[in-house]
Amino acid sequence: MNGIFEWKNLGKVAVAIVFLALFIGMSIILGYTDTSIQLAYEAFTSFDGRNEHLIIQSVRLPRALIAACVGASLAIAGVYMQTLTKNPLASPGILGINAGASFAVVFVLSFFEVSSLNIFTWVAFLGAAIAAIVVYFVGGVGRKGLTPMKITLAGAAVTALFSSFTQGILVTNEAALDEVLFWLSGSIQGRKLEYLTSVFPYLLVGWTMALVVAPMMNVVAMGDDIAKGLGLKVGLLKLTVGMIVILLAGGSVAIAGPIGFIGIVIPHIARRLIGNDHRWLIPFAGLLGGVLLLAADIGARYIVMPQEIPVGVMTALFGTPYFIYIARKGFNKG
Amino acid sequence: MKGYQSVRLGKDQVSLLLDKNTIVKLVILIIFTFGIFIVSASLGDLRIHPLTVVNLLFWGSGTELEQLVIYQFRLPRIFASMLVGMGLAVAGGILQGIIRNHLAAPDTIGITAGAGMSVMIFLWLFSDENYSLMVSIKWLPVAAFIGALLVAIFVYFLSWKDGVTPVRLILIGIGVSALMQAGTTIFMVLGPVYMASQANIWITGSVNSVTWSDVRVLLPVTIVLLMIAFISARNVNVQSLGEDIATGVGSRVQRQRFILLLISTGLVGTAVAFAGGIGFVGLMAPHIARKLVGSSFGSLLPVAALVGAILVMLADLMGRTLFLPSVVPAGVFTATLGAPYFIYLLMKTKNS
Repeated sequence: MNGIFEWKNLGKVAVAIVFLALFIGMSIILGYTDTSIQLAYEAFTSFDGRNEHLIIQSVRLPRALIAACVGASLAIAGVYMQTLTKNPLASPGILGINAGASFAVVFVLSFFEVSSLNIFTWVAFLGAAIAAIVVYFVGGVGRKGLTPMKITLAGAAVTALFSSFTQGILVTNEAALDEVLFWLSGSIQGRKLEYLTSVFPYLLVGWTMALVVAPMMNVVAMGDDIAKGLGLKVGLLKLTVGMIVILLAGGSVAIAGPIGFIGIVIPHIARRLIGNDHRWLIPFAGLLGGVLLLAADIGARYIVMPQEIPVGVMTALFGTPYFIYIARKGFNKG
Repeated sequence: MKGYQSVRLGKDQVSLLLDKNTIVKLVILIIFTFGIFIVSASLGDLRIHPLTVVNLLFWGSGTELEQLVIYQFRLPRIFASMLVGMGLAVAGGILQGIIRNHLAAPDTIGITAGAGMSVMIFLWLFSDENYSLMVSIKWLPVAAFIGALLVAIFVYFLSWKDGVTPVRLILIGIGVSALMQAGTTIFMVLGPVYMASQANIWITGSVNSVTWSDVRVLLPVTIVLLMIAFISARNVNVQSLGEDIATGVGSRVQRQRFILLLISTGLVGTAVAFAGGIGFVGLMAPHIARKLVGSSFGSLLPVAALVGAILVMLADLMGRTLFLPSVVPAGVFTATLGAPYFIYLLMKTKNS
């Protein structure tokens, strides 16, 4: 770690911040209703109840902020899942955590009268936790324990199971269908700011914890044995990271539904750009995740104008080719 | 060869080696299938005594209400469950043979999702403003078949890198499935709103909305494809020995593999076109059949077909009786059973 590299990394993070700000701005201005930079500026300085001002304040701004937060959370969760499982394909979507959280939310929505956003969030956490535990243990049994391959397939099986349950509930409960369907494919359209504010504290805790454990995760990345030899409590650390993943992925699902592939694409790109040092990787991946989801969301508004497609579909469209590329490359060179 | 009976037709064009043990088990399974058929026809919102059902089916007795319920509501879906189960099971069996991987199945390698997406495109392209189809429903399985075939080729091609390893095939299959689902969602959003709820039921896999006119298309196509599949069973046997040995014993490996792939995707396409993605049947049924009669495909495929039929019929029966008044799609039950089974298989797999 010499000083020059740190400056270089700082520069990269600064560029990422600029990009994030740029995309938040674009997300506020672009869309079906034409607005301009000036209108956006006026909406915050001299609000006069005009249609455009209303749209900017009540629709575009929440949407941009939610995209940034959810994208960042999913990317960070993805980085840690990949480090923890030593699996380049690990991400909240692939390992079934999104599906678990979605199932829990749909289940509670259909069978109980819940309107409190807070309960909603905790339900999502619970679902994410159950899925994570199931996948971790199922992937870990058998000879040789937790291999990357096994955990990926276990994740696929758990995803199939949970999404089939979810569909089952939705089909028998058609009233709930319309509201939930769009959410289920991952969407940040029409989300009010309250959604974000009720979940934001948990996300903040997740981000902070992620940064705090970053130096220790550098050691774990070298292998459990080395980490133990250096006196780290690996078990406890892994549990903490598991909780971070559940907070971030579960929180994201509670706001935006299951959005896949951010957690798999961004960690790879971020690693390539800034290296494997988690102290830089985590904030950098978070920023890039925000940028990517903002970009995907802007794309989702234009691709079949005037209708919108769920942003989860957008991320799947560019995420799967990347997934296939990694799967072809194989696991050996991690 | 004690315990075997060879059957040859024509100039040895078609030959089968029938195992007596297999025949006994086949007969038992057929009786079992028939039993579930009767039970399934008798249970539901309106309970009809099984004996009444038998009378009604064979001699046309029974009240008008009973006739209506059984002929119009229950029989189409029971037939559809049976045919779809058979199709998926045999398709899975063939895939496992030619890919030489016990984790292969139409859903794990993305074929089901591909058929699903092309059905959505078909509905979107050919629906008019009144939400009715502008072309005959008979073209629906063709669309599903084309989608299934394209995806099968696509996945196989993408997995190719000095040969195809089972693990890579499944990973790529997972990725391509996700892509197809994204595509399906796009066409759901693009299409008329009514299609979304329809599509949702259909993605989970259900025989809820099957009518006689569907069965009239499903029945001949499935039967013909199944017949071809059973006749080609010996080719699957050779294929499952591996490419080198298969070439060595004089098999035209590439051509046969392609034909088998066509049969398999045809079966999946037909099943998906009418009942959606009823998951994991193509994975479970061949395994159960292998436990029952061993892995010679001449016996395995017919037994797998019956097991598949039983699985889907049971899933449908449970779906429409357990949670009355709501009707749960059959696909939920097959996934409940199949996903843990997949995990179990996974745990047994040696790491590669």
